[in-house]
Amino acid sequence: MGFPAWSQIVSRVPYVANIKGGNTIMNIIVTSIFVQDQDKALKFYTETLGFVKKHDVPVGEYRWIALVSRDDQDGTELLLEPNDHPAAKEYQKKIFAEGIPATMFGVADVREEYKRLIKYGVKFTIEPTEMGEVTLAVFDDTCGNFIQIVQK
Amino acid sequence: MVAYNGYMNWNKDAIFKALGDSTRRLILDELSERNELTLYELTARLIMKHDLSISRQAIAKHLSALEDAGLVKSKRKGKYRVLIFNNEPLKNLLKGWIE
Repeated sequence: MGFPAWSQIVSRVPYVANIKGGNTIMNIIVTSIFVQDQDKALKFYTETLGFVKKHDVPVGEYRWIALVSRDDQDGTELLLEPNDHPAAKEYQKKIFAEGIPATMFGVADVREEYKRLIKYGVKFTIEPTEMGEVTLAVFDDTCGNFIQIVQK
Repeated sequence: MVAYNGYMNWNKDAIFKALGDSTRRLILDELSERNELTLYELTARLIMKHDLSISRQAIAKHLSALEDAGLVKSKRKGKYRVLIFNNEPLKNLLKGWIE
């Protein structure tokens, strides 16, 4: 089967909310990011960014690679999704051209994280900057995306 | 060819029009402070730092007015582009009045 531990994932049911037309349960369990090269992305996202690999199984031509945060390994998973479709490539290319981040991650201290990442050669387009109530920075994930890190 | 006498002959109407708007001057403030900004960073600064409620289309319009005046240029850096403040058109703008 292609999707590993799927039953395990969907069995996490935190609470039942009352929404239009009855009780519904919908949780954000997986979010995804397009990447040009799954192997390269896996290396960068685990070794440099510090995420933990939770699933890595073949699915058709590619792999289902899902990562989790080191300190919340039962939490939301990040899927490294191949940008195989031309529309995905186009989307990545166009938002990248204007410096728009594909997604954002939270860190305890943006400045500390910035100092750590530049040591590993990570390139930033926005150095740690206070913008209203948040401090943010934006870097190149080397897989076709800009990533924003934020600290509240 | 544009006339060239030591400096480019910029279109003064376009320059004064570009400068006659507080949002556009704020864009120039941000660009002159940082030298190079991606469109995303400029947008984030206007909206989050300066609390402006401004649409993407409005920012694009302001940028095009600034580009028409030669005050903002964009440069490719690999696969992304940055906006740059070009102050050349301002250098001789008031010449003849203040000398």
